[in-house]
This record gives sequence, structure tokens and C-alpha cells, in this order.
Amino acid sequence: MKVRIKFAKDGVMKYIGHLDIMRYFQKCMRKADVDIAYSSGFSPHQIMSFASPLGVGVESNGEYFDIELNSGNAKSVMDSLNAVMVDGMRILSVTKLPDGVKNAMASIAAARYTVIMKEGFEQENTDDSKVDDFLKREHINIIKQTKKNEIEFDLRPHIYEFSYDKNAYKMLIDASSSGNIKPLSVIEEYARFCGKEITPTKYQIIREEFYTYDDNNEFVPLEALGEDF
Amino acid sequence: MSVKLALSDDILMNIEKPARYIGNEINCVIKDKEKTDIRFAMCFPDVYEIGMSHIGIQILYDMLNKYDDVWCERVYSPWVDLDKIMRERDIKLFALESQDPVKDFDFLGLTLQYEMCYTNILQVLDLSGIPLLSKDRAEDDPIVIGGGPCSYNPEPIADFFDIFYIGEGETKYRELLDIYKEHKKNKTSRYDFLVEAAKLGGMYVPCLYETDYNEDGTIKEFKALRDDIPLKIYKEIVTDLENADYPVKPVVPFIRCTQDRAVVEIQRGCIRGCRFCQAGQLYRPVRERNVDDLKKKAMQILANTGHEEVSLSSLSSSDFSKIEELTDFLIEECSRKYINISLPSLRIDNYSLETFGKVQDVHKSSLTFAPEAGSQRMRNVINKGLTEDDIIGGASMAFERGWSKVKLYFMLGLPGETEEDIKEIGVLCDKIARAYFDLVPKEKRIGGPVQITASTSFFIPKPFTAFQWASMNTKDDFLNKAYITRTSILAQLNQKRIKYNWHEADVSVLEGVFARGDRRLAPAILEAYKRGCIYDAWGEYYKNDVWMKVFEDLGIDVDFYTTRERGLDEIFPWDFISCGVDKEWLKKEWLKSKEGIVTENCKKKCSGCGAFRYKTGICMEHVPKEA
Repeated sequence: MKVRIKFAKDGVMKYIGHLDIMRYFQKCMRKADVDIAYSSGFSPHQIMSFASPLGVGVESNGEYFDIELNSGNAKSVMDSLNAVMVDGMRILSVTKLPDGVKNAMASIAAARYTVIMKEGFEQENTDDSKVDDFLKREHINIIKQTKKNEIEFDLRPHIYEFSYDKNAYKMLIDASSSGNIKPLSVIEEYARFCGKEITPTKYQIIREEFYTYDDNNEFVPLEALGEDF
Repeated sequence: MSVKLALSDDILMNIEKPARYIGNEINCVIKDKEKTDIRFAMCFPDVYEIGMSHIGIQILYDMLNKYDDVWCERVYSPWVDLDKIMRERDIKLFALESQDPVKDFDFLGLTLQYEMCYTNILQVLDLSGIPLLSKDRAEDDPIVIGGGPCSYNPEPIADFFDIFYIGEGETKYRELLDIYKEHKKNKTSRYDFLVEAAKLGGMYVPCLYETDYNEDGTIKEFKALRDDIPLKIYKEIVTDLENADYPVKPVVPFIRCTQDRAVVEIQRGCIRGCRFCQAGQLYRPVRERNVDDLKKKAMQILANTGHEEVSLSSLSSSDFSKIEELTDFLIEECSRKYINISLPSLRIDNYSLETFGKVQDVHKSSLTFAPEAGSQRMRNVINKGLTEDDIIGGASMAFERGWSKVKLYFMLGLPGETEEDIKEIGVLCDKIARAYFDLVPKEKRIGGPVQITASTSFFIPKPFTAFQWASMNTKDDFLNKAYITRTSILAQLNQKRIKYNWHEADVSVLEGVFARGDRRLAPAILEAYKRGCIYDAWGEYYKNDVWMKVFEDLGIDVDFYTTRERGLDEIFPWDFISCGVDKEWLKKEWLKSKEGIVTENCKKKCSGCGAFRYKTGICMEHVPKEA
């Protein structure tokens, strides 16, 4: 059966890169004795696919990967995995995917982020009065650096929600394979709109959740497609 | 509960692999520092990925942390990027688990696995804020203790250490720690503690000894500065390895390390007295672990770590009496759990080929031989009991089963080596290629035609070997010999099927100086460090010109340590240490080597090396004694 696992990654674990996190989970599957399925062939590997890589330095309360499970139930998988997690890693949910559900990576439509100042840095832009005006703009054109050249890109259609309240930016933005944008691009643009410059390295990004579309074309968290088992 | 990191987010986000410095790995041990009496920082003075692959540290980490009153943590050399930042911003080196400064610890233990880590020892001390010289340390500085193979000739780095622990760490740490606790309680001086430690056995406290030299630079006398400490320090070994502990919950790194697998130590020591090999002497006598216990522990380690691969560790694994039983068990158990087995380089025979065939793709994997020398004459000189028939026969058997890749390892610069001996390397490689073409018809050459890779390293005489008296080659000799090897390979019929690799010679010379060096080298190591040498084991950071200039400026004659053949009666800097093997026996081996006379291995005949004094392992089996 296809099983979706949601996890959080924070604290010192934010310094562990995506490839090492994949290796970490492969080890945890064996350590927790989860009955995960393996591919066939001369060097079998665990059937496991991640929704999206999380950059080094970014924390998350809503990361996902799908596995193929031979046997077990949601509670036992979740408990046995949580029993072997290191500080900074937590399994948040384990659900079974009904047949026909697209894999985690292909399902992603949007992501929710919180962005705060890192410890020890002062707020660079404290103007919260311009959020509405910012969102009222029809186009928010930015210059996007591609491999070959610079192109003009409109952020506005990819921003679904955006708010700023003293210490934290909150946003729901496009994370689909065709139109994903970076949370810091939005903040940079907002600061510029307020007449400020910001230093991206001073910001702590926290990914809160990944969303996909449900049958009514509404955003629902990736875990909502699964069911208990 | 997360610990507060020693490095700021800004630093961690701007260096390579921040995972090297955050700790928090699976199975790392966190204790309450208020409830432990002794804090021990265990350091491998090289980068994290190298240090984390070392099982010796895992053994001691496990053992020390099983003591309720001790918290042992790990320390590695910060990589050059972080090293620079720590110096610029005056950040003190810290231990991974608690992230607390090393300077606040009771002990800093350093494992000395190779000579080229010597400047990294100074890096670790310096970044920790611990005075580099033992004599400059204050009462509250950590006790700096060294161990591992290089502590068998600790003299070049003696000034930097308070204690060297000679031998296997399992035996004496408890007693040493108890003496330390007593000292802490009674507030006795650092010096008094060191004197008590020196009396314990297996402990060398350099500041309590002194060396006098002859006019020609050789040693006149090594003497103790007190009469209540031993003049000869015998290595410590585990005499009951069958029942000895072994860590079943080793720390599992997040980032890929040199050894990214579960490692099971199956035996210590080696029955084969290869005359160039230091490890073969240092760990005598050979002792096996209990095979049933090994099976159990291997499965426990896999369960506790989640590793996807397991390997066996020992010298000459084929000599482990239960090797077939153990590998068969692991293959059976692991294939069920999708775990790979990385087999040690076993002697090539029907059994090993069949076993390799089960766990590797024969068309892709290669066969490894270590003849060490090209000619049989030379193999007799070095007492390498591997004949041309063994090699050609083994390779032929493998070719018939589908293998087509062969790796061969040789040494250049062995004592008494002639141009003819070197040329035999090419001839031997060609004979293997010919065997392939004779045996394997065209239509069966699936993996492509035979590929032979010959690699040579330069021989460096080491203490406690039969060749400790020998002259080491110069850099030019080495390069010339590599050239002769290459020419001899190119002259072969099948030269296109043979690839040749050789090592840099510069670093071999430096290793040669340290290997048989004395106390007069410490100022040079210190000076080279001050002039920017660290990570000498890493080719891209090794600064040969700086080292040579330092030796010149300090009036140190490199040839005195390297090319000079020692007289039979010379006192060596390491003579006050005993690894169990007698100097007289080594001398006999040295003389036999000059005649090309071989010595049988420990299983066939006891040659009376002296290791019997430990009354364990192979020495307790009934084998005939050499007359």
C-alpha cells in the first residue's frame, strides 16, 4: 500500500541537507523495523519518494514523503518511527493513500511559509500598513535570473495569501512544478514596495505546509488525501 | 531538549558541511554534566568524515560512556574553512555532544593513526586554547593523552602530550580515571597526578623522562627522572578478546563518511610476520572474537543503526578461523533484510570466489592481490607468503568464473631491492593478462577484456618491524623506481591492459622522518604549524617546501632519520616501549631478510617473538616451536 508520511524538521537538523535527510530516513526505516517495500533488481532500494527538497537552513512543520508499505498500521508506523527520531525530527502523520492519488511531488500546488528574523537580528522593515496596497497591484514584476539570462517575471498570480504582522511574514504561495516562487522573493519585493532593502541571510524561513487541490479545486494539505489504516 | 550550538547560524550557513559540527547524530550519548565527575573529549585529529569512520574511537566512546561517572564526547579537526573563521573570531574548539569548550574538560584524548596528523594535533590544542607544550599547561588545563599506533614511537610529539597510553584502550582507563578522581578530590598537583599515572603500567609520561645523545646524533641513554617509575613501558592488550565488549550502538553520522556502514571487528593481530608491516607486530598475538557473539552483535549493530551495509574488520581476515561460518551467516541474514555485505579482501580460493559471487556482480567487481613485491626473491625478503602460483592460480580461477578486473598492490623502495626485482612487477602483471587470454575465449569476455591495475606505494621503515634498521630511499630513488616500474609495464606484450598508479614521494619522506624520529623533532613540528602547516595528510594542503625550509632553518638533517641504515646496536627512540615483540627477535628477522630466509606464520610454527608474555590468543595454542 502507498503511505504518506508527514514530518517536521527544526533545531540543529536544519543544517542537514536533503540527500542526507533521505539517507537518514532510509536508516530510520530499518532501525524502526518498518516493513517498507524494496525495488527489485541487483541493488534493491527502499521505495520512498520525497515531495520536495528542503534547503539547508530552512525549518519545516510540513514535509512529506511517500513510501510503499508491505504491512503495518498507521499508529505502529508512526510510533516506531518517532521512537527512533533524533532531536529536531518528528513524524506528524502517517496516512494511507487511496488508489490513483498522485505521488507527493506531483501533487504539490502551494506551500505556506512563516518567515521571521533570525535570533540576534533587528527587524529591517516594520511597515505593516502597505500589505493591502501591495496585494492590490495587478502585476508585481521582478527580474528573475535564469541560467542564460535575466527575464521579467510576474510574482502576483503566484501569491495566494500574504500578511505581515510585526515579527512575522506569513504567506501561501505557488509551489507547483510550473510556477513555484521563493518566499524571500516575496519579502524582498514587499520591502522594496515599502522603500526598504533587506538582507536575505537574516531571515529564518519555516515551511508550514504543502497543499494540493481537492476535487472542488480547493487547497487541502497533502496529508488530507490519505486516510487512517 | 536541544543543545545550544557553539557556532552561530551565520557561521554554519557559510561553511562546508555544517553537519560536521552540530552533533545530535543517532546513538550519540547525552548526559547530565552536573552528574558526571569526569568529562572526556575524545579526538581524531582529522576531518569529521575520516574520524567518524574509525572504530577505535567508537569502542572507547562506548566503554567510557558506560561508566556512570564519565561523559565522553567527540572532537574532530575543524575543516580549513571553519579553522580560519575560528581564528579570526577567537572561537574556542568545542565537543560535539554538549557543544562545550574542550578547555573545560578533564581529559583530551587524541588518537594517533598516522604521522601526517601531527600538525592537526597542534591545531586542535591551539583552537581549544590549551597550551601546545605540556610543560606550559596550568593545573586546570585538560590532561592531554595520546593513543593509537603512532604512540608506539611518541618521541617526535612527546612535548605536546601529558600522557601516552601504550596499547589497547580497554584495559587501563578505569584505573587511570580512578586515580584522576582521587587527585581531583584531594586537589593534588597535576605533576603528582602524572607521576601516579606513570606508575600504572602502559602509561608513558614524557615529562618524567629524558634522553641524552651521542655526538653522532644517535641516542646515548634514555633515562627516568625519578626512580619510582618504570624504565620500560609494556603495551596493554585485551587478553580475553573472546568475551570483550564491543559497541552495538555506534554513532551514525548524517553525512556520508569514509566508512558508511556497520563495522564488526572479528580479530586483533595477525599471524603473518610481513617484515615491513608495523600493525602485524603491534597487535600481536592474534586473538579471535567469539563467532557466536559476533553474529549476535552484527545483527544488533544493524538493528541499532539502520545501516544498509556491514563489513568485517581485521588484519588478514582469511586467517580468522571461523570466517566461512561468519560470512555465510551474514549473507543469509542480510540478503533477507536487503543489507549489503562488504567483504574483506579474502585469500582467493574456491570458497572466497563463490562467496564474492553471491554478493557482487562479478563482471563489475575486481579481484585484489597484495603481492607487495614483483619478484619471489623480494617477497621472501619481506616475508610475504604469497607466491606467483597463488596469484596466477587465483586469478585464473576468478577469470573462469567471469571476473576480468584485477588490482595489484606493490611497494617500491624495499630493503635490498634491485632493478630486476622492480621490473618483475611488469612481468607479473603481464603473466596475469596472458592467463586471461589463454583461459577465456573471445565470446566469453563479457566485462570487456582483462583490466589490470597495478599501484605502488613507497616503503617507509617503521618502528617495531624487522626493517626498523633499514635505510629508506630518497625522493629521487622513489621517483626513479616508479619510472622503472612504468617502463617495465610498457615493455610488456599486454601493456595496454595494464594501468599503473603511483604515489607522491614528498609526503613519504616526511612520514619517514616522523616514523623513526626522536624528541628533537618537536620544535620542527611546532614551527611548521606556526608557518601554516595543517592537514598534511591531504595532498592539496601539504606544503612540502615549508617543511623542508623548517628542517633547514632548525638544522635538522632529514637523511639522519630516513636514509641512514641503523647499526645493530643502536638505541632507538622507541626502545623504552615494548609491544611484546622482542628487539632481539626483530634483529634476527632483519638478518634473515638479508638472506631471503622466510619465517613461518604463527599458526604453522612459533618463532618465539616474545608476544607469549601476554599468554593469550595464538600463543596459547599448541604449535611447534622454532628451534
